[in-house]
Amino acid sequence: MENKNTYNVPTMAELSQKGEDPEVLLWIGCAGSYDERYKKVTKAFVKILNIANVSFGVLGPEETCTGDPARRAGNEFLFQMQALANIQVLNGYNIKKIVTACPHCYNTIKNEYPDLGGSYEVVHHSEFLNQLIEDGRLAINENELLKDQKITYHDSCYLGRSNHIYNAPRQLIESLQADLVEMKRNKENSLCCGAGGAQMFKEPEKGDKFINIERTEEALQTDAKIIASACPFCMTMLSDGIKNKEREDEVKVLDLAELIAKSKNL
Amino acid sequence: MISFQQILFIVVASAAAYFFLGRIMKIRKNILLGRDENRSDHPLKRWKSMLLVAFGQKKMFKKPIPAFLHLLVYIGFIVINIEVIEFFLDGVTGKHRTIAGLLQKWDLTGIYTATLNVFEFLAIGVILSCVFFLIRRNVFKIKRFHNPEMTRWPKLDANLILIFEIILMLAILTMNASDQILQERNVAGYPNTGLMIFSEIFAAPFYRPFDSSILVIIERIAWWFHIVGIFAFAIYVTYSKHLHTLLAFPNTYYANLEPAGKITNMPEVTQEVNMMLGITNPENDGQPPAEIKRLGAKDVRDLSWKNLLDAYTCTECGRCTAECPANQTGQKLSPRKIMMDTRDRIEELGDLILKNDEDFDDGKSLLGDYISKEEIFACTSCNACVEACPVTIDPLSIILQMRRFMTMEESSAPSEWNAMFSNIETSFSPWKFPPSDRFNWAEELKNE
Repeated sequence: MENKNTYNVPTMAELSQKGEDPEVLLWIGCAGSYDERYKKVTKAFVKILNIANVSFGVLGPEETCTGDPARRAGNEFLFQMQALANIQVLNGYNIKKIVTACPHCYNTIKNEYPDLGGSYEVVHHSEFLNQLIEDGRLAINENELLKDQKITYHDSCYLGRSNHIYNAPRQLIESLQADLVEMKRNKENSLCCGAGGAQMFKEPEKGDKFINIERTEEALQTDAKIIASACPFCMTMLSDGIKNKEREDEVKVLDLAELIAKSKNL
Repeated sequence: MISFQQILFIVVASAAAYFFLGRIMKIRKNILLGRDENRSDHPLKRWKSMLLVAFGQKKMFKKPIPAFLHLLVYIGFIVINIEVIEFFLDGVTGKHRTIAGLLQKWDLTGIYTATLNVFEFLAIGVILSCVFFLIRRNVFKIKRFHNPEMTRWPKLDANLILIFEIILMLAILTMNASDQILQERNVAGYPNTGLMIFSEIFAAPFYRPFDSSILVIIERIAWWFHIVGIFAFAIYVTYSKHLHTLLAFPNTYYANLEPAGKITNMPEVTQEVNMMLGITNPENDGQPPAEIKRLGAKDVRDLSWKNLLDAYTCTECGRCTAECPANQTGQKLSPRKIMMDTRDRIEELGDLILKNDEDFDDGKSLLGDYISKEEIFACTSCNACVEACPVTIDPLSIILQMRRFMTMEESSAPSEWNAMFSNIETSFSPWKFPPSDRFNWAEELKNE
């Protein structure tokens, strides 16, 4: 089929056939591949990579779950099955550097794969986008939609406390000249969205409130009309929270890549 | 001639040392019932962690006011205990204020006066802090001091420590005040200490009306009360949450230096998985797989020694529980309770092993008899508890090891998790989508 645009999504299989080595492997993750909402984030990020002329490749159909939820739910066998299979594929393509928009994939590949023979330089898309801006490869245009707009950022546990990435996402929001407002609990003291540790895949235990509602209320208290997130699970939990509060018409949950894409009208 | 007081002192001090060291050896033995784990790498980073977090109390300062008051008590604890040197000299030799006497001989009483005034200043600081802490704990409605696990012994323990510290400080002030009055009245045997300001202001007015012969007795009682109090406190501490005063140092030294999000690998599983996947590892080639112990943790002996050290170090401040998203939303999980249960269970099992033998099994276990599955399943692994702990305790590590036991040994994971597992096994994604759809987004993008 003829492409309607010029966006390219080269797979590692194609690239290696041509004998090409991309600068970076883009790890999509299961949410970015299948979840209708998060596919939009994947697409936004890929558009940015295209216009910034980043040479990248994806595993495409060869990618599988990193095993993060299995390990956190206590299934070490299944985790290692996934990890060892993925490492075989990654090492087979001689991958050196990986970028991903999923903090769970980021944490697993960066911190847990080395013990199983997979050592790569892993960067989260918030860091990667900042680097592109810093290197002058991605220009941020002034955008009326975002300029001085109140945006609050929700720290993902697997980026923040787990890996100390607090500044990159905030720097991105500030580069849009938006008005970054913090929630009461932020950075090291941020409150989880409720989905980590494989909670995404089960009902919460008995309590008197849902964690995502607690966090959503805190986000709404900032009066920001955009809640920026950097994690597929956080996005789901906060979007559900906003719907629960019936505020989905005025308050949007957007990923950092979507904000950048929006500012560039991509 | 050795006096009765000297003999008594030596007997009491020796008995205290015997019981204290006995408890320490027993705690050490209990901790070593845990599995091996190497925490001796990167000694420089470890010293730094200990200096900053234990000695410098870096993580306490997330809450500045309690941190300041706690720092006062802590400095008071260390500095005032320097005086114990003179207590020992006096106790053994039967003299009174040995160091003051020596310094007076060399015309250096000023040094003694300055030092004792620092001690007294800190004693006042400790009293004020402890009074504040008592009020905060019992009058203010601070949730973390009133969770379900903070009833009976833990609640009493916390209050006892504070009251004990106040009484010890009052004993010092009483002792110094009566000593000063006896010096004023030129009673023989009381070397010049110089003016000890705080006891003069706060304590002396109460004692001045008394006759010198009574003051001599009051001074003795206060002296004995203080030193026996310190001995008793030292032994008490080994049964109490107050053990953190000692164990915070090794615990921060052996802290986890890996990124908080990393879950410890299980190499014993890797070998089996490699065989299943047909991956050959030259190191193990041809060798039978190592015998696999219990997967994950059911009881304290399945945990690592560091998990058990964590449990003994916990001072039940509850900052972990106050930050836990599950606990805040009314779920049963409380990271502090995980640590308290672990400590209670290792103490129980340690005693049983001592009375019976190494492999003794009482049919009870940490998971089940102390900690429920509901608690373990509630965790979001968000690391807020780990971040909150002022002495680098890691409750998450215990929770995750228990999940491993439930999922792999008992197959008692929640059914939704089992569904997620089978999705990963058959569709390579935690959601049930056909693997052939994985790359559809790229086609959609090209056709946008």
